[in-house]
Amino acid sequence: MSVGIVIENLNKTFGTFQAVTDVSFTAEDGKITALLGPSGSGKSTVLRMIAGLERPDYGRISLAGEEQTNKPVQERRFGFVFQHYALFRHMSVRQNIGFGLAVRKESKEAIRARVDELLDLVQLVPFAERYPDQLSGGQRQRVALARALAPRPRVLLLDEPFGALDARVRQELRRWLDDLHRELGVTSLLVTHDQEEALELANEVVVMHLGRVEQIGTPSEIYNHPTTPFVAGFVGAANVIQGHVVNGEVRFGDHQVVRGAEHLDDGAAAQAYVRPHDVRLGADRESPLSFPATVERVSDLGWTSKLRLRFPDGQVVIAQIPNEELGEIGDGDVVQVDLRNAKVFSPDAPEIAPDPEDQFAATG
Amino acid sequence: MSTTLQEPRTTARPAGPSSRPGVRLGRLSLRATALLYLGLLIALPLSAVVAKGFGRGLMPLRDALASPGAGEAIRLTLFTAAVTAIVNAVFGTMIAYVLVRVPFPGRSLVNAIVDLPFAIPTLVTGVMLVALYGPTSPIGGFLEGIGIKVIFAQLGILLALLFITLPLVVRTVQPVLLELDPAEEEAAKSLGAGRWTTFRKVMLPALRPAITAGALLAFARSIGEFGSIVIVSGNITGRTLTAPVFIFQLTQQFRPEEAAAVSTLLFALSFSLVLITERLIRRREAV
Amino acid sequence: MSATPVARSAPPGVEHRARRWMVAGTLVYVGVLVVAPLVGIFWTALGHGLGIVGQTFSRPDVRHAFVLTGVVALITVVVTTFLGTIVALVLVRFRFIGSRVVSAIVDLPLAVSPVIVGLMAVLLFGRGGWFEPFFASRGIQIIFAVPSMVLVTIFICIPFVIREVAPVLEEVGTGEEEAARIVGASSLQTFLRVTLPNIRWGLLYGVALSAARALGEIGAVLIVSGAIQGRTETATLYVLRALEERQEASGNVVALTLAAISIVLLVAIEAFKRRQERIREERAA
Repeated sequence: MSVGIVIENLNKTFGTFQAVTDVSFTAEDGKITALLGPSGSGKSTVLRMIAGLERPDYGRISLAGEEQTNKPVQERRFGFVFQHYALFRHMSVRQNIGFGLAVRKESKEAIRARVDELLDLVQLVPFAERYPDQLSGGQRQRVALARALAPRPRVLLLDEPFGALDARVRQELRRWLDDLHRELGVTSLLVTHDQEEALELANEVVVMHLGRVEQIGTPSEIYNHPTTPFVAGFVGAANVIQGHVVNGEVRFGDHQVVRGAEHLDDGAAAQAYVRPHDVRLGADRESPLSFPATVERVSDLGWTSKLRLRFPDGQVVIAQIPNEELGEIGDGDVVQVDLRNAKVFSPDAPEIAPDPEDQFAATG
Repeated sequence: MSTTLQEPRTTARPAGPSSRPGVRLGRLSLRATALLYLGLLIALPLSAVVAKGFGRGLMPLRDALASPGAGEAIRLTLFTAAVTAIVNAVFGTMIAYVLVRVPFPGRSLVNAIVDLPFAIPTLVTGVMLVALYGPTSPIGGFLEGIGIKVIFAQLGILLALLFITLPLVVRTVQPVLLELDPAEEEAAKSLGAGRWTTFRKVMLPALRPAITAGALLAFARSIGEFGSIVIVSGNITGRTLTAPVFIFQLTQQFRPEEAAAVSTLLFALSFSLVLITERLIRRREAV
Repeated sequence: MSATPVARSAPPGVEHRARRWMVAGTLVYVGVLVVAPLVGIFWTALGHGLGIVGQTFSRPDVRHAFVLTGVVALITVVVTTFLGTIVALVLVRFRFIGSRVVSAIVDLPLAVSPVIVGLMAVLLFGRGGWFEPFFASRGIQIIFAVPSMVLVTIFICIPFVIREVAPVLEEVGTGEEEAARIVGASSLQTFLRVTLPNIRWGLLYGVALSAARALGEIGAVLIVSGAIQGRTETATLYVLRALEERQEASGNVVALTLAAISIVLLVAIEAFKRRQERIREERAA
């Protein structure tokens, strides 16, 4: 693993508000690392500190062993892409893209050649002489990317680059960025609140919450093996079941049981996070891990269905079942439910358990 | 100073209560009042001046310009107005920038002080300058000792005009500065541009219309200034006599036609400048 | 590379130095240009003690001058408030033809030198003027009397009100007014209860600017009034005469008084402006 950006113990306070606390991670050379978190998690602040647009109160930023913490923005040679493009209104597309080179006083021919190269790369050749207000959002963001890439930066920093675009354009650009990265291989740091984006694009994800790092791992790791309740709830939809630990299992209601609480003490309160697609309808009444639940609502979503299930003790879970497995189940029926792959955490963090319904809706 | 009126919007008006006869009469009388105002109070007096000045052809103008000191007065007026416009364009922009972007203790006080010339009578401005730089004051005496004459000299005129027109430039540039997107400047910096380059290539193009408008307003205001200059300059024919004071002298000498002719010229110049300014600071339609 | 994070201790850098110079430049420029003269007049007028103030204001011509200034300013303010608001209303709400032309005409008085304004009044109302026969036959004196002074001051001050009220009227929009009319309110009621409260700070700002301008008018008033001592001499005209007659002491005191009143007006102007801006921000949010 070749070392790219190393972030050590970044801290930043704005007035009385602690925006970033002890954030450390490494972004591998040539890979895309995503900073994922809800708004207010401090991820943009971290990115801006890496860029040099904000000064950390404490901590260190290095690139390939070279310290960057005190270097002014202009000297860091990091490309930055803003959420709202920040294109120079009074300059044409060509002038925008060439700006970083013009500032470094490169020759006119060199600038022209490089700008042409990038226009080709971002597929905006016919728009070279247009002005930003004549472009669509997606086009503007491509110009912004080209502009950031023109001076051959060592690192590319993207601050919610697709946040201001509508859904379809966002998907397109996401795919396009992926291709671009494969071709160029620039070390990239992507800030996003869209977990689908992070999971799809990134080689490694740093999940942030309230200014701190929650978990660092590959997309698969953070999705399948969340190590904190926040990650379990934020990444992917999750049902949260409240219960108590008995013999390494979470018990709730009369007899209902979920495995996976070995790490917690007997008798302790626990929360089990279960993904909707891990709520299985089983026919096996004998299995101690399956138990009845009442179907409150079935919503047909085309190829899957969303089932709202209520357990005897009143708790509700959302299940996502492929239609072919569903059969003739309707409202009011009682089904056997098996909860798989639960991630169990102790509920000492005073967090509001996310409503499974909302979670489900968020990721569709 | 606020901005100009916008072009009329073209949304349809709803019918209904607004077409009641009482309302229509009310609206008619309002329109009449406004028309009356515009016509009587504005257009009429102006036509009186133009008619008087050029009713007998170009002779009154020629006579006026042939008077001793007339040519110099016009030249002095234009010159001092130009210098004022340029100097205040530079400093006014710097001050606007500082007031918007650079926090420092006492900034809001300075912000208020910048408006002072709007409130103070121009005559009092002249008196203040005489009090500060007049030959009997310590500063004035000192300056005269080293050969710098302020009162009864062109420098005094400049100081008065700079004082009076400062808020014009600052207040024209400030709102535009406030609207600038700081992200554009951050982008420039992330691409390697230093502070001055960022200012020159990113901020200045956006500010240029406002700075020009402010400078033109300052110029237009300066060529018409009377109250302060009549005190500060001494009105020495051929040396510190300005056009407005010259016009005043013409009226006191019972030469109204010549006064009207020169007035028309002066007015035509300032009005065209104001028109150009309005085009420059035409506010963008709010979305 | 050590594993211990380094606490940042970044030097201020070039950027901060440049900013510091600009702040210094600003303070020096504003200080020398604006503050120093103010201090100067203060010092010169009251340098020999406050007794001069009492002396000055004991003079009948001084007292009359201030009364006259007050009267003219008051009438001007009242008229410009009404007329200015009406014109702004008509211009904005009834979308006059060729708004750019109209806007230019509205701004016209701002572009005219006050001397020219005085000349205009004389040409219209003075001997041989277009309107002179009408008023002379009724025995009404315009020129060399207070009416002409009021007229020219109104002419000069109205744009201040219009220019502040019109944009506010545009920003506020017709929504609330239409809602009121649909509910049955008359135009006057709509104006008083809906429009006026919405534009009040912009209006007050314009009125305060107008008042300050009226107070300080000299050029036009000088020409039309004849500066007749005790009759048509305003405070500013008094100062002019005092300086010409080498009565600097009382001239300076009156000038200082005018400056003081303007500063009070300035405080009001700033307060109204700030209120108006804050409301504008809230509306945009």
